[in-house]
Amino acid sequence: MKSEFTLKLDRCKGCGICVSFCPKQVLALDTLGKVYVANHENCIACGQCELRCPDYAIFMDKVKKEAAK
Amino acid sequence: MRSYENFFRQNRLPHLWCPGCGNGIVMKAIVQAIEKNPDFNQDNTVIVSGIGCSSRASGYMDFDTLHTAHGRAIPFATGVKLANPALNVIVITGDGDCTAIGGNHFIHGCRRNVDLTVVLFNNNIYGMTGGQASPMTPLGKKATTAPYGSVDRPFDACKLAEAAGATYVARSTAFHVQHLIKTIEDGLNNRGFSFIEALVQCPTAYGRRNKMGDPAKMMAWMRDNAVMKNSWDKLPDDKKIGDKFPIGLFFKAESESYDESYKKVQEIAGGAAK
Repeated sequence: MKSEFTLKLDRCKGCGICVSFCPKQVLALDTLGKVYVANHENCIACGQCELRCPDYAIFMDKVKKEAAK
Repeated sequence: MRSYENFFRQNRLPHLWCPGCGNGIVMKAIVQAIEKNPDFNQDNTVIVSGIGCSSRASGYMDFDTLHTAHGRAIPFATGVKLANPALNVIVITGDGDCTAIGGNHFIHGCRRNVDLTVVLFNNNIYGMTGGQASPMTPLGKKATTAPYGSVDRPFDACKLAEAAGATYVARSTAFHVQHLIKTIEDGLNNRGFSFIEALVQCPTAYGRRNKMGDPAKMMAWMRDNAVMKNSWDKLPDDKKIGDKFPIGLFFKAESESYDESYKKVQEIAGGAAK
């Protein structure tokens, strides 16, 4: 995994901005309309989700290569 | 926790803006721009806002904040700045707040070149009161007070600010987050009236009524239609059609700020000039 997600679900309003702007379809909305990490292995740690989240609900941290091993 | 989150009143989050509202993105950009500037801290920065969706932002930001009367954010901010010129004053306002009821205050703030940074959250509509047409609703777009499309020509707030005498005028959008942060940062550094128009999506009152799709689609619209100033200038007139609009820095000038001129008056009145 190249990234680590921190989700603050009490803040997520399910607008779908992070889901739409993810270039690798990593994120998805669950049945209650909250974000979850669906395909973590595809994540390229670009941070587009965190950049445009209007509700400060998703945080992405890059995982360094050594730490990932 | 991110370092910029220290500038939020954590106990007030989540904010009350609608799902997908762009105001949250711009509010974050403002605190990130403040964080990048070493001269700004929580004790010497004042956030002043008027009335409207955008102006709720002051309640979430952990500075000395002032939530004022409709359209009157700039006069309150002018008072704060003149009472204590050492303070950094940032005004958060909306398109209705700034260009309709506060239109006169806005142009006179520009004219005086008061050392403020005004961030206008332009959602093209009066969102809080249910979607009435604002002076910045584009021609032909629907609103509750314009069910057949707005017939009033909209203001270009950037041109208005430039013509009225502001010394830093720029525009960015909620999609171009990095550009927006940089734009606000430069505005904070400018001594004088800095005006930044930040286009935000209003999916509830504006997008839904105008069939613009979900919040992400509205942001994709910004991505597809915003043209950087340099490219815009080279664009032939026949390509400047449809929804295309320029973003970037439009105008920058050096001019004496109002608190400096006012200080001179104070000195003369105090007996300095004999």
